Amino acid sequence: MEKSIKRYFPIFLGPTFLAFIIGFIVPFLMGLYLSLCDFRTVTDAKFVGFSNFAKAFQDAEFLHAFLFTTAFTIVTVILINVIAFAVAMVLTQNIPGTNIFRTTFFMPNLIGGIVLGYIWQLIFNGVLAHYDLALKISAKYGFWGLVIVLCWQQIGYMMIIYIAGLQSIPGDLNEAAQIDGANGWQRLWNVTIPNMMPSITICTFLTLTNGFKLFDQNLSLTAGEPMKQTEGLALNIFNTFYSRVGYQGVGQAKAVVFFILVVGLGLLQLQMTRSKEVQQ
Amino acid sequence: MKLRKALSLALTGALCVGLLAGCGGNPSTPSTSSTPSGSTGGSTPSGSASGSGGSVYYLNFKPEQDADWQALAKLYTQETGVEVKVQTAASGQYETTLMSEMAKTEAPTLFQVNGPVGLANWKDYCYDLSGSKIAGELSSDDFALMDGSSMSGIAYVIETYGIIVNTKLLADAGYSMDDIKSFADLKKVAEDITARKDELGFSAFTSAGMDGSSDWRFKTHLANLPIYFEYEADGIGDTDAIKGTYLDNYRDIWDLYINNCTTAPTMLSAKTGDDSVAEFVTEQAVFYQNGTWAYSDVADVGEENLGMLPIYIGVGDEANQGLCTGTENYWCVNKNADPADIQATLDFMYWCVSSETGLEYMCSGEHMGFVVPFKGNLESNNLLVNIANDYVANGTTSIKWCFPTMPSEEWKNVVGSALTTYAADQTDANWETVRAAFVDNWAAEKSK
Repeated sequence: MEKSIKRYFPIFLGPTFLAFIIGFIVPFLMGLYLSLCDFRTVTDAKFVGFSNFAKAFQDAEFLHAFLFTTAFTIVTVILINVIAFAVAMVLTQNIPGTNIFRTTFFMPNLIGGIVLGYIWQLIFNGVLAHYDLALKISAKYGFWGLVIVLCWQQIGYMMIIYIAGLQSIPGDLNEAAQIDGANGWQRLWNVTIPNMMPSITICTFLTLTNGFKLFDQNLSLTAGEPMKQTEGLALNIFNTFYSRVGYQGVGQAKAVVFFILVVGLGLLQLQMTRSKEVQQ
Repeated sequence: MKLRKALSLALTGALCVGLLAGCGGNPSTPSTSSTPSGSTGGSTPSGSASGSGGSVYYLNFKPEQDADWQALAKLYTQETGVEVKVQTAASGQYETTLMSEMAKTEAPTLFQVNGPVGLANWKDYCYDLSGSKIAGELSSDDFALMDGSSMSGIAYVIETYGIIVNTKLLADAGYSMDDIKSFADLKKVAEDITARKDELGFSAFTSAGMDGSSDWRFKTHLANLPIYFEYEADGIGDTDAIKGTYLDNYRDIWDLYINNCTTAPTMLSAKTGDDSVAEFVTEQAVFYQNGTWAYSDVADVGEENLGMLPIYIGVGDEANQGLCTGTENYWCVNKNADPADIQATLDFMYWCVSSETGLEYMCSGEHMGFVVPFKGNLESNNLLVNIANDYVANGTTSIKWCFPTMPSEEWKNVVGSALTTYAADQTDANWETVRAAFVDNWAAEKSK
């Protein structure tokens, strides 16, 4: 067995690895190089050094997009995880129809971001129309609209991960705590949550990066309106790239900054939650 | 064990298939061999010129004309044997599509830019068309897009916009087209209709929707008017710093649009281009700002009920003001393409604007319905085009399209957002945002 794995591993690894190189490594390296270039098409670039980065950091809208995205991410990470955890707790009790609920909560995940954004835009505008208002006239509506959409979409997904986590906690731990006289809250804080840390690590990581990478929903729901007040980082990069002559390089430079930021935050978060994980 | 081996083999196979499917090449059918002699012995000279075996790849800008271009390309291939591939970018996605297509080995040989600003982005890719056969067909050199001494682009369609009017509804309200000769008249009529809205059962204007499908009518086309009048007053054709001399007039007309339309001004951000068309066609509004390209949308109203008014903003000689006529569609040939392909492309362009079939397709109302700036331009059966021609024949002064000199897409977007915000809350402070977006941001964007 060992031997045949050694012999045949290229056949198994090869295709995926090749796809990974073509679809990820190559574009990534090209992107790094292009951030230092002046270009129109990605195959025809002129090296210009770090001037793109200088322009990117001078852009006040980029900073605003960063703040907006940060605020958005903080709110969604908390909301999604708390609600998903609560729903998971409820759906692991022995109540009738658990499977139907689980499936239904998970379903929004199957819809693509763009479609979802447009559908929710119709819903929000339909509701706001009763008050002669529309989604895009205030950044407040846009912000909370995006929060609602992302929560609606992702709570179900995180819920599934939490359910899996909850089910893997041995029942005797809770039972023992109960016999020792711990009440519901104490069991939650001292038994369930410490045992759930691996799931929490995964879910916060996913929600954190999803919050920062938010693009489809942002584009279709608010498109940054009004006045770029609801423009997230990814959308800002996209707009920089396409809406100004000769700014493709600057958009690319922003994308590199964005990458470093997301990776940095992601690693930091992993460090923080990993350290709290316990061995059963 | 055997089963496991077979299973893993199947899985690996599935992976490979998935991978290869992604790279599946498009089977470029070698249609060059389809005998040209089979078709009627049409234009032989162009047939012989393209014997070198080049092919054409046209990246089309106008989604509404996609089917016609495909058909025309097929006819050309039948007639000459030269392969013509037409791709159309989705609405609003032209730059995005062009950028990625140009990076390919099989890049478009024929693409388009929207004027000086678009050209700035692509000038390194534009073949110099001076002296080409198609350049000789232009009815005026004004329709060539120059980059220094190089002719980088050639306009292929002239379009006109104004305020499309449902004359039947206008008559129902007790007015005729002759009653509106200035901004003051337009304002009086519109506000009167609004005052009697419930009794009449319709509004003055269709919703001035600020959704992406409609906002260009205001952030670009309507904004053209203050820019045009400022250029005229200063005797210039472009500027690095706009002064905003006529912004108060821009505000007046915008106020008129948003406060006399079918929708509450706070809800305009959600209204789309389709909403506006629907309101016009279902007789919910008298006035609809759009252009000749929209004829097929509004034709249902009936020829006898359609008219067009200049967009009066209360500046200049309003008695002689005409419609807004110009172009933002320039053909460019990709300099980096294979010389044989460049030649094939030039031949194709020439054929489109000089041959009977080509002109029929470009000008006839059943097909593209364009007015083309070439000598062979045919009489149109697009009613709005004919109305536009009448304006010119009556000696009015057409408003030029100055918006291709707008600094960037970014500039337009910011003006659009500011207009939306102002519509929702019409305060002086919010108009100041529009002014800043218009004037300050113009200089900022031009210097970038």
